[in-house]
Order: sequence, then C-alpha cells, then structure tokens
Amino acid sequence: MDWGALHTILGGVNKHSTSIGKIWLTVLFIFRIMILVVAAEKVWGDEQDDFVCNTLQPGCKNVCYDHFFPISHIRLWALQLIFVSTPALLVAMHVAYRRHEKKRQFRKGDQKCEFRDMEEIRKQRFRIEGSLWWTYTSSIFFRLIFEAVFMYAFYFMYDGFRMPRLMKCNAWPCPNTVDCFVSRPTEKTVFTIFMIAVSSICILLNVAELCYLLTKFFLKRSKKAGNSKQQPNHENKEETKQNEMNELISDSCQNTVIGFSS
Amino acid sequence: MNWAGLYTVLSGVNRHSTAIGRIWLSVIFIFRIMVLVVAAESVWGDEKSAFTCNTQQPGCNSVCYDHFFPISHIRLWALQLILVTTPALLVAMHVAYQQHQEKKLLVLTGHADPKHMEEVKKHKMRIAGSLWWTYVCSVVFRLLFEAVFMYIFYMLYPGYQMMRLVKCEAYPCPNTVDCFISRPTEKTIFTVFMLVTSSICIILNMAELVYLVVRACARRGQHHSNPSSGKSSFYGHKHSSEYKQNEINQLLTEQDGSLKDMLRRNSGLQEKGDRCSAC
Repeated sequence: MDWGALHTILGGVNKHSTSIGKIWLTVLFIFRIMILVVAAEKVWGDEQDDFVCNTLQPGCKNVCYDHFFPISHIRLWALQLIFVSTPALLVAMHVAYRRHEKKRQFRKGDQKCEFRDMEEIRKQRFRIEGSLWWTYTSSIFFRLIFEAVFMYAFYFMYDGFRMPRLMKCNAWPCPNTVDCFVSRPTEKTVFTIFMIAVSSICILLNVAELCYLLTKFFLKRSKKAGNSKQQPNHENKEETKQNEMNELISDSCQNTVIGFSS
Repeated sequence: MNWAGLYTVLSGVNRHSTAIGRIWLSVIFIFRIMVLVVAAESVWGDEKSAFTCNTQQPGCNSVCYDHFFPISHIRLWALQLILVTTPALLVAMHVAYQQHQEKKLLVLTGHADPKHMEEVKKHKMRIAGSLWWTYVCSVVFRLLFEAVFMYIFYMLYPGYQMMRLVKCEAYPCPNTVDCFISRPTEKTIFTVFMLVTSSICIILNMAELVYLVVRACARRGQHHSNPSSGKSSFYGHKHSSEYKQNEINQLLTEQDGSLKDMLRRNSGLQEKGDRCSAC
C-alpha cells in the first residue's frame, strides 16, 4: 500500500468532482506527492547520519537531533498528504451508496429509474446536487482545515520555513553548548518553500471550489424562486405538482426525469 | 507478496461487507498500513545503527539494544496488521463456497448460461444464515487480535513513550552505561498515532458487531410476524411448474435474494402475478 494505491483509490473520485476539484487532485499528485517521492525523500534521506555535532560525547548527537527535529519534514508532509486526500473518500462512499440504491431500484423493476442495464448505473456520473452537494462541500471544508492545521504545525515546530546551517545545542549529555551542523540546509530550504507554495495553491483551489459550489447553489435557488413567481395564480396546478415530483425524484434519482401520465 | 498483494486479496471481501466493515477496511489501509509503509518504516529505519551507548566495550551496544527492543515496533505493527486483516478471508472463503453452490444450482435448474454464471460471480451476498455466523466470527477474531497486540505492546513498552536515554548494565557492559535512542520524539508521535488508529478500529469492530446482532434480531422479529412468507399461497391450486419454481425459490432463499430475483425475472414468473393467475 503506497502512494500508487492512493492514486488508484482517488482516481475514482475524480469522475464526480468539479473541474476545480480535478485540477486540485492533479496538483496534489504531481506537484506534491510525486515531488515528495522522487526528490524530497532523497534530500532528507541522510538527515540523521549527516547531522554532525562538534563533540565526541556519545549520545549528544542523538539528543540534539531529537531536540531540533521532533518530527521530520518528510513525515509531516506524508501525514499531511494522507489526511488532505482522504476527505474525498467521503464523496466516494456517498456515490457508492447512491449507486447501490439505484441498483436496488433497478432490480426491483422500479419504473422511476429507467436504465438499460447495470453497466449504465455503474458508469453514470452523478451531479453534485442534494445530499451529495453537502457531502462534497464538507469534504472540501475538511481538506481546508487539515491543510491549515498542518501548515500551522509546520510553522510552529520549525519557526519560519528556513533551515539553518548551524544549531547550538546544550541538552544533556552534551557537556556544554555544542555546535551541530545540518546536512544540505539550502536544498532543504528550497524544497520546504516549494512544498509550502504548492500547499498554498491547493488551499486557494479549495477556497475557489467552495465559492464556486456556493455560487452555483444560490443561483439555482434564485432561479427556482424566479420560476415559481412566474406562475402566481397557480393556473397549471398539475404542472406545479409535476415540478415538485420532479424535484423529489431528482434528489434520489439524478439526471432522470420521467413525466408521469396525468 | 507485499502489502499491495494483501490489498488485492482483501478488496474482494470489501464487496460483501457491511458499510461499517468497508469503513474499517479503509481506515486499516489508509491510516495504518499506508502510514506504516510511507512514514513509520523510515523513522525506525536506523533504530539500531543510531542506537549509541556511552562505552567502547564491544558487544555492549548490541546487547543493550536487544535488551530494550526484544521486537521492534515496526515488526509488531506489521504482524498486528496481518493478523487483524486475515479473519476477513474466512468470509471470502465462505462467499466462494456459496457462489460454488449457486453455480451448481443454476446447472441443476437449467440456467447454466455464461450470463447467469457471470451474475453469480458479480452479485453481492446478503449477510444472512451461515454467512452471518462466519462474518460475526471474523469480527470477533479481529477484535481479539487487536486487543492481544495492544496488550503485548503495553507489556513490552509500558507507557508508549520512547525515552531519549536508557540505562543498561547487561553483560558485557562494564557498568551501568547510558544508551541513547535515535529519534525518540518522532517515534513517540507515530506510536501514539498508531495506537489511536488501532483504538478507532476496535470501536468500529464493536459497532459492526452490535449492528449485525441488532439486524439479526430485527429480522427474526419480522420473520415471526410473517410466518406465511415463502410458503405456497396459491389457494391450494398447485401448477406443477409453479410448484417446482416455488421449491427452487425456497432452496434459493437460503442462498441469496438477488439470485432468486434474477431467476424469477428470467423465467417470467412473478410471485405477485402468480397469486392472481391461480384464482
């Protein structure tokens, strides 16, 4: 189970995302996960072996390393990427649940949901409406929260994003204040800034997606309100009833509207 | 065979699990196995090479490391994850056995065409009858293994916190020497993380157990209030082909409802329609 498997799992969610969501997923996999795996892991690979302190006192190096790096950047990014990509699974579970309901209706021979066969149900793309809209919006919200929390944790632990060349350490058993030197500090700073920048872009994409969903929701609502105002006398009561039934059906059975005979 | 192989094997079981079972499987693979592979293994990677003791005595380092880490956290977690995920294979085996029975039944009833055979393979089994017992056993075993490993962990490494310094006086160390562990804080963070996810999995398993038991009791209650379902209700008028169909349906009820639906649809006999035709 590695990043490839996560990509397989999340690839399925891609089908039911908005365009911004698809861009976000691409940015996540190419500019964050791939960079982490092919580049960043090698930069941090010798972080402890090449962390050198100006002392022969056994244990001093270990203790100083532990003091300055409570959790390595690489592990923090790995955890961040796992947490940030998993809310999309909420959407996947909701879609799977809807598909399951449709399959059940299809099997019962229910006339409300007309599909030629199971394959069509499996391949169908759901519109982000109704309860799926709420699930999708919640997943974006959680993504934003996780991104923000990890950015804060990063800033809190490493006090700014720069990797210094030299750290002064006087934790026991170091005999006095010793100089400790970090391996590849400039390269680490470059990658840290890169990852922070891409993380910020992802946050912006998530905010944009949230705004887009909210705008679409309010526009749709105002359209509906406008349509109902155009028929103030309710002359066509049956059409109004039909409209309401259609709305109810569209919540359970997306993309399919079948007119009932009056 | 690696974690990806295990994932392939268990993904098949996913289809026949309850919703809680699927959530449990996702938590196991994403928050435990994946974190173990991509993060935790590199934290513990240099646990022995960077374990430093304040002595030049040859052998002291090895002996002290062995004394304080009889089995590494990583190996313990790997064993735990393997043992916890394998009871699901009991369910997979039972499902395979039931599918085999269904295929035999299809052959007997003359529906052994490739389309029906494919549908047997693809349709989801209901967790009822003997499959329910197998499923419940697998959940109980999962719970047992999780609890046992949590206890072993606590026995071997009481407190779950990784110390920076351990004092060792095992032979051949000349006296009490100070030994320093590599990355103790990071190790503590990951230990706590894995423990929290383990607890979440235990809670999910308990919830699934409760859900299965409640569902079984509810189904029993429904069954007691509708005793006539499944028996012939054709007002004493038994057409030979409809009677045969009824008997086959009863046999199939023990297998799976969807297979029954499939056969009913294809043989053109609808139960509701039949009642009317028998009048």
